Amino acid sequence: MSWVRTEMALAQPAPGSVRGPLAWVRKNLVGSVGDTILTILGIIIVAWVLPQVISWAFINAQWTGPDRTVCATVAQGGIQPDGWSGACWAFVNAKFGQFMFGTYPVEERWRPILVAILFVALLVPMLMPRVPRKGLNAILLFLALPIVSFVLLVGGMFGLPHVETSRWGGLLITLSLSFVGIAVSLPLGTVLALGRRSKMPIVKMLCVIFIEAVRGIPLITVLFFVSVMLPLFLPAGVSFDKYLRALIGVSLFAAAYMAEVVRGGLQAIPKGQYEGADSLGLGYWQKMGLIVLPQALKLVIPGIVNTFIGMFKDTSLVLIISMFDLLGIVKQNFSDANWATAQTAKSGLVFAAFVFWLFCFGMSRYSMYTERRLDTGHKR
Amino acid sequence: MASQEVLRQEPSRASLINDPKVRSLFFQTLVVIVLFGSVWWIVQNVIDNLQRLHIASGFGFLRGRAGFDISDTPIAYTSDSTYGRAIVVGLINTIIVAVAGIITATIIGFVIGIGRMSQNWLIQKICTVYVEIFRNIPPLLVIFFWYSGVLAVLPAPRDSYHLPFGSFLNQRGFYFPRAVWGDGSWLILVALVVALAMAWFVARTARQRQMATGQQFPVLWTSIALIVGLPLLAYVLSGFPLSFDLPKQSTFNLTGGFQIKPEFLSLYLALSCYTAAFIAEIVRAGIRGVSKGQTEAAAALGLRSGSILRLVVVPQAMRIVIPPLTSQYLNLTKNSSLAIAIGYPDLTATAGTVLNQTGQAVEGVLIMMIAYLVLSLVTSAVMNVVNARMALVER
Repeated sequence: MSWVRTEMALAQPAPGSVRGPLAWVRKNLVGSVGDTILTILGIIIVAWVLPQVISWAFINAQWTGPDRTVCATVAQGGIQPDGWSGACWAFVNAKFGQFMFGTYPVEERWRPILVAILFVALLVPMLMPRVPRKGLNAILLFLALPIVSFVLLVGGMFGLPHVETSRWGGLLITLSLSFVGIAVSLPLGTVLALGRRSKMPIVKMLCVIFIEAVRGIPLITVLFFVSVMLPLFLPAGVSFDKYLRALIGVSLFAAAYMAEVVRGGLQAIPKGQYEGADSLGLGYWQKMGLIVLPQALKLVIPGIVNTFIGMFKDTSLVLIISMFDLLGIVKQNFSDANWATAQTAKSGLVFAAFVFWLFCFGMSRYSMYTERRLDTGHKR
Repeated sequence: MASQEVLRQEPSRASLINDPKVRSLFFQTLVVIVLFGSVWWIVQNVIDNLQRLHIASGFGFLRGRAGFDISDTPIAYTSDSTYGRAIVVGLINTIIVAVAGIITATIIGFVIGIGRMSQNWLIQKICTVYVEIFRNIPPLLVIFFWYSGVLAVLPAPRDSYHLPFGSFLNQRGFYFPRAVWGDGSWLILVALVVALAMAWFVARTARQRQMATGQQFPVLWTSIALIVGLPLLAYVLSGFPLSFDLPKQSTFNLTGGFQIKPEFLSLYLALSCYTAAFIAEIVRAGIRGVSKGQTEAAAALGLRSGSILRLVVVPQAMRIVIPPLTSQYLNLTKNSSLAIAIGYPDLTATAGTVLNQTGQAVEGVLIMMIAYLVLSLVTSAVMNVVNARMALVER
């Protein structure tokens, strides 16, 4: 009598046209005629580029070797067959010490290595939100480490032989310049941003002039300025180390950009926060330090990290004032007659690009992670 | 009445130290004193140093004979020309590479940026890889890569690559036919100007008519027909005055044609590739910034997908895109100073040479700074005009 089903029909799997790999291909690759054409175009690009890159970087690459012969064809005086094209990682391998430390004396290279180990040991817990004692960690990283590094790297005390900064080079210069630049430009930029929003006309004007003038000119001009003009500005006989001059140039340049980023954050804080702090009777520095800046800086973390990444990349420009950072030392080694082949320049540059890329990509991913973690849901 | 008197009779008992006005005045006075002190100290040092080095200050040195050669000279220049002219040559070179780079970077950037928003998985990934690679390596490295990695290992002129339209590519750059304008070619130019004016007039009339009556007019095709057709007609009428000077291969070098040197080529390609990655991200953010409701509302009105993009999404996205795009243009202009690393004679390179030869460090750096500031201001001004036209008109 009852025509009503008593038990439920079993759920059927979704049809192949909406789920599964075939449906995915249909939706994402061949959705329409235009899409299909684009996909074919994409496949052509990938099929053209990828095999070339893989065979150049891995299959045909030479990993070890005593000199240029392993990376040159027979016609060029080497051992490779004609038409061979592959990366010369042997060049990178042979020059690896130089690429890392420049002409830092070989027997003293344990010092930069020790600094690097200390740096990593302090930086990693700093970056992991779960590890406690952030205050102590920050003091060690931003106050103790620079002093210890200075003693270790420069030497001349505690029985360590003195190493002139002109012998530094490679990744050592790139990293030390950017670390000090970061540590100086963030506070300096914050002060400049506060100055630009200050109610005191003279302070405001000075900050505006400095920020706009520096942002309007290329870093090379700033480096020219510090390397050519700074000696003129000082009394006769007083001279700065070239490394220190580059440090000043890079830090001042980054500070101007940082100031604009921080200003954006300051402007985004509602007026009520400033007035609330005033009504609690806080003074200017208390108001800024306890109420406004913590919120403002959090808002602009992506911008700050972008400035850091920009500065890290910009340290490569010290090459122009003949200092040899990673890129500079790689370029300098192109002219080494022992290794000059058609592939040397490309291999060295790809290696340098990979190192720069690792650091920058790491920074940008970490900033995205922090952004998500600190997101307190205040977004409108 | 009584309450008012009470308010008046109590003067502020706070001491002068806590008065914000007094504090601000004191603080600013202090800043001014420190500033003037240090400026005076610096000026004294500079004067001392210059006297010691026997360098006369002032801009008189600009009239002196330069005595060095420049490889790319858009205007007439020899080593007998003045220092001033050398700097002008550098400035023009900077402008050329900046303008060319801005145009190319914008095109690549828009293509890649729209590609990253594509429904097509493969295209989206390719564009993402492009952006992530170029955003995270220094521009100087990209320049070196093109210069030492790609262009320097091209074949010698004898074995040049033959490209379409009689152009060649080899170690010494890119060669292509140069147009030679014969007698009567001014007619072509006049025709082009007339065509542009007519196209503008047609567009305006068509727009007015559409506003008044709703009838549309195929403006695009008419304009193309005008701009291509009229100069072509003039070309035929004036008796084919245009001919081409083709580059010819000889034993050791190419002769004739127009040569683009590898220095310019690598700088231009590197700046375009590098800046395009940033422009792509800006474009993506711009399109993302237009809410989905806008697209859906336009679809509900019955617009086709092309029209939705052209009439609804892009005009709104442009408002978000233009300000950061401006700063990317400024960055590209400033990055063009990296030319010095590969020997392209831009402003920084020529002014740097002048500075080294004359020892006029203060004036040289000042000229560089002012020139770049002016370039930046001009770019900003142009983009502000564009921005004002694009901005949402409110009240």
